[in-house]
Amino acid sequence: MEAYIDCISEFFPEKTYCNEDFFNEFPQLKSKEASLLKIGVSNRHVVDPTTTSLDLAVNAAHKLFEEHKVNPEDIDFVIFCSLEFDYALPSSAAVFQNKLGLSNNVGAIDIVSSCTGFVHALSLAKGMVESNERKNVLLLFPSTLSKTFHKNDYNSKFIFGDGATAVLIKERNEPSIGQFVFGTDGDRADYIIIKDGGARNPINELSFKEDENEYGNITCRANFFMNGTGVFLFGLKTIPKLVNDILTKNNTKLEDIDFFVFHQANAFLLEAIRKKIDAPQEKFIIAMDQTGNTVASSIPLALNSLIKEGKLKPGHKIMFAAFGTGLTWGGTIVKI
Amino acid sequence: MELDEFVLKVEAEIEDLEPGTLTADKDYREIEQWSSMYALILIAMIDTEFDVTLTGEDLKKTLTLRDLHTTIKSRL
Repeated sequence: MEAYIDCISEFFPEKTYCNEDFFNEFPQLKSKEASLLKIGVSNRHVVDPTTTSLDLAVNAAHKLFEEHKVNPEDIDFVIFCSLEFDYALPSSAAVFQNKLGLSNNVGAIDIVSSCTGFVHALSLAKGMVESNERKNVLLLFPSTLSKTFHKNDYNSKFIFGDGATAVLIKERNEPSIGQFVFGTDGDRADYIIIKDGGARNPINELSFKEDENEYGNITCRANFFMNGTGVFLFGLKTIPKLVNDILTKNNTKLEDIDFFVFHQANAFLLEAIRKKIDAPQEKFIIAMDQTGNTVASSIPLALNSLIKEGKLKPGHKIMFAAFGTGLTWGGTIVKI
Repeated sequence: MELDEFVLKVEAEIEDLEPGTLTADKDYREIEQWSSMYALILIAMIDTEFDVTLTGEDLKKTLTLRDLHTTIKSRL
C-alpha cells in the first residue's frame, strides 16, 4: 500500500499578538516598521504560561477527529514532533495516548525537530505505512516557542507564532508521497540554539546574562537564540540546491509542480528563494500573515490554506521543502 | 555595476528614504530606517546583482557603501 496525507486540522491558542501590540511593546522600532513588514507577518498567536505543547497537540487532535470524522480507535501510531516537551521524561506522545483515549496497541514516540519537522515526520510515517506495519499514523506538530524567548528578543517575537497541527497519514493504492532528500550540518548547530539548560550546559549564573547584538536585540544563554543573518544565508544557498535535488530524485521538472509549499520562515526569504528557483508566483505559497513562523506546523498550515481555498485537485503535485535548527533541511514531492 | 549606480540601487531598496539621503561615503547604518532586516535585504540584492554572497561579518567590516562596493569587487 502507499501512504498519503489524508487530512489536517489546526489549533491556535486564543491570545494574539498583532503588529500594533508589537510596536506598543517596542516603540523604538517604529522607524524600522517598513523593513519588519517584509517578514510577512501581521498577527500571531501566543500561548499563556500555563499552556504546554501537549495541550496544543491534544486540542489539534480533537479537532482532527471532529472535523474529519476520524475514529480515534483507528490510530495505530503517534509521532509527536516539537522542540518543547511537558517532561524530561516520559515522552509527550505517551501522555497524549492516554489523554486522547487511544488504544493501548498504539505506538507513540516524540521526535525533536523544528522547522524541518514536518518533512522528517512525514518520511517516518511513509516508511511505517508502506512497509505495511501501520495503517493510520497521527502526526502532531505543536509549537510553544514563544515561551523560550527573552522578553527583549524583538526579532523572535515578531517572526514566530505558536500553534499546532494534527495530520493523519493513511494508506491507499495510488502512490502519493515521493522520494525524500535530507541534509544536516551540525557544524552550524549554534545558528539556532538554546545554549544552557540541557545536559551539556546546565543553568548557571551566566545563563541569564543579557547579550545585546548590534541592532539592539537582546537574548541570553537560557533563552532562544537565532543567528538571523546566518539562517537567511543558509536558506538562500541551501534551498535552491535542495529544490533541484528533490526534482532530480523524483524525476520531475520544475514546471510539473503545481504548488510549492515551503517552510514559512520569512516572506522576504521565501520570495528571494522563489526568484532563485524561478517558480511562478501564483504557485509559490506564502501563508504566514496571520500566524507567523509556526516551526514544524508551517508547511501543514500552508498546505491546509490551499485545501480550504479549494485549490487542490487530484493529481496535483506539491513540493515540500523545509529547513531549520540543526541545521537540517529536507523535502519531497507529494501527489494529491 | 559602478559605485554611483550601486548607491542608487541600495537607496531604492530602503523604503521611505528621500532620494539623495545615501552617499558613497556616508555610514549607511546611521540612517534611521536601518535594521537587521535591511542587512538581509542588502545581502540578497548583492547576491542577485553580483552573484557575490556576503556574510553578516562582511557587512560589519564595512562602514560606507564605498567600502561595501570595494568588498564586492574584490570577490568578483
